[in-house]
Amino acid sequence: MSKLYTGAEIVFKCLEDQDVEFIFGYPGGAVLPIYDELKNHSSIKHILVRHEQGAGHAAEGYARSSGKPGVVLVTSGPGATNVVTALTDAYMDSVPLVCISGQVPTHLIGTDAFQECDTTGITRPCTKHNWLVKDIKDLSNIIHEAFKVATTGRPGPVLVDIPKDIQFAKIGYSKPKPIKKLNGKSLNYFSQKDVDKLIDLMNKSKKPIIYSGGGVINSGPEASEVLRELVQLTGFPITSTLQGLGAYPGDDNQFLGMLGMHGTYEANNAMHDCDLLINIGARFDDRITGKIDEFSPKSKKVHIDIDPSSINKIIKVDLALVGDVKDVLKGINKTFKKKNSDFKKSNKQKISKWWEQIQKWRTKNSLHFNNSDETIKPQHAVQRLYELTKDKDTFITTEVGQHQMWAAQHYKFNKPNRWMTSGGLGTMGYGLPAAVGVQIAHPKKLVIDIAGEASVLMTMQEMSTAVQYNLPIKIFILNNQYMGMVRQWQELLHEKNYSESYSEALPDFIKLAEAYGCKGIKADNPNELDEKIKEMVQFDGPVIFDCRVDPNENCFPMIPSGKPHNQMILGPTDKEENKITGKGKALV
Amino acid sequence: MANPKSAYSVSTKKEKSDTHIIVVWVDNEAGVLARVVGLFSGRGYNIESLAVAEVDAKKNISRITIVTTGTPQVIDQIKLQLKKLVPVHKVADFKRDDRGVIFKEMALFKVVGNTSKIKKAINACKKYNAVILDKTKKSNVIQITALRREIDKMAKNLKKFGLVSISRTGAVAMTRGDKVFN
Repeated sequence: MSKLYTGAEIVFKCLEDQDVEFIFGYPGGAVLPIYDELKNHSSIKHILVRHEQGAGHAAEGYARSSGKPGVVLVTSGPGATNVVTALTDAYMDSVPLVCISGQVPTHLIGTDAFQECDTTGITRPCTKHNWLVKDIKDLSNIIHEAFKVATTGRPGPVLVDIPKDIQFAKIGYSKPKPIKKLNGKSLNYFSQKDVDKLIDLMNKSKKPIIYSGGGVINSGPEASEVLRELVQLTGFPITSTLQGLGAYPGDDNQFLGMLGMHGTYEANNAMHDCDLLINIGARFDDRITGKIDEFSPKSKKVHIDIDPSSINKIIKVDLALVGDVKDVLKGINKTFKKKNSDFKKSNKQKISKWWEQIQKWRTKNSLHFNNSDETIKPQHAVQRLYELTKDKDTFITTEVGQHQMWAAQHYKFNKPNRWMTSGGLGTMGYGLPAAVGVQIAHPKKLVIDIAGEASVLMTMQEMSTAVQYNLPIKIFILNNQYMGMVRQWQELLHEKNYSESYSEALPDFIKLAEAYGCKGIKADNPNELDEKIKEMVQFDGPVIFDCRVDPNENCFPMIPSGKPHNQMILGPTDKEENKITGKGKALV
Repeated sequence: MANPKSAYSVSTKKEKSDTHIIVVWVDNEAGVLARVVGLFSGRGYNIESLAVAEVDAKKNISRITIVTTGTPQVIDQIKLQLKKLVPVHKVADFKRDDRGVIFKEMALFKVVGNTSKIKKAINACKKYNAVILDKTKKSNVIQITALRREIDKMAKNLKKFGLVSISRTGAVAMTRGDKVFN
């Protein structure tokens, strides 16, 4: 008879067979057997967070920056409910997470036992799938399937709920069987005919644009390479969603910058006026499309996505290629090279007018801001941070709000997996724990959380985690003493009634840093900014950087609610004619 | 889509809604019905009726039949979203007016009254495969199988014959002929 293992041992055996190196977690009554077993497995390191939401976001940062699934371990009841925000965040942004939660013993389920909650019920709408393990026989299969579901197709979070008696129960263990088919859910559905159709559209187009998204990042670094090849082969302009930044070099001339609500003038106008729109791994999110009825009205639309349900969900497209971005693009490039070996040259003439138009839009310089000698402008701070860190392989995380948009606009990314931000759910408090996870995955790299003072206070407790594991993350706070994006919307939509958006009674961030045992730096003058940033970068250890910026600065350009792409507000002086009116006011 | 899921969309284009019968084959496991129903409520799709039972005890497969209304785009989304659920094996979709498909619902009517009223009630039910399941001097329980609108009509008509209680199932569906949906 084979050796018997406890459920807790089996959890670790599975994690070992899945090559898991790090678990982000927090112990509690219902997972004690698993924590007890931790000491016997030296290849797996546990990172103790200070709040389960932090564990979830740290695992997200780890996953986004490494391409491997993040693993979370929490206890029942509050442990599980605290991780719900992170699971939802991962679901919205397609991040592979495997969350293991403890549960009260099977015989107590349904009795309102201490720290009991219906974890699988609560997490059903925010995971790709979840399991309650009711029989020790199923445990290893479920954990292996959980990893498979989290990482295949469109990635996402999964949860395995393990009652305490199952963690104690004993059974044999066998290595995972060769991959079981997931009810026939294969990934690539596109055909050569679709590819030929796309190439035909590309040949005919006079005003093409490529719009790439987070799917390119999720498809792996190779996908970014084939994307670059495609853009180079075609000579087409390319724009990117928030999540897609880094897939194509941010400083390249064919790159028009980010599109969408706070995207550049040239990217949004090109989207509006184009005659061929090629969406690669993006999902026509409402921050991108603006008003649906007037979204890119003159274009043929092509959508490349791994998730069939993304096709025609928001925007009806003329051609859909369902598959892994990397495989689809490889197919396109191959056919393209065979059919159109000198396309770029022959097509230059045809799309030259389009490029001229784009150059005209570019001269608007929509990311322009009025710099100041007296106060630090937040955009200036991000630009300086970029200039002073671009020579290093820097990883940037953000919280959510104005600072996030300024980071997206002014920090240029040249590689995938270097930019971690909460786009879909928009979770304030994401950036600090995410930076913890990124630094765990890349211990030698420079990891900076570009933060806002309001967001960062939501998960500030994770500084303690950073100090415990000696993670030299840099928390670069653009401190404008407001929930800036809320304040901006109140200014634009609610007659400057700044209801509850002022950050009253802020802590002294330097003292706070010192209290946590890390370094605090403060800058409130543009003249000292560079020196202070250098000091932060050079310091070997975690830093909280309190960058005091102009509290009244707004994030522009901006497509106001209910407006199409070609009606942007470019700056503070442009506001009057584009005032948000009527129905637009009710939108978010 | 009539109501696109975009914060921006004050949509001006309205598409026509149709009634569809969606059939879903799922693993018969704990929570699977909650996943399917939760998907409908979470994404704002509507359920007119729902019927579910195990159809293959060996393979552990249940068949869920859902009647829903939506524009073509919504119906497409429903199917694609259902197919993403891990325990879902396959999804079929029929229009309610599809002549190649049989749709049936079952209803139980309790009629209380004198003999002549009960007789009239039974007579009225005759063309819908009426079966008398229970009989007393004062009452009858009548089972009929019919289309939804026919049962609606009967429920109305039987009132005057002493109908006191109705219990009815959701629709179930099957294709005509020797073809099986794969």
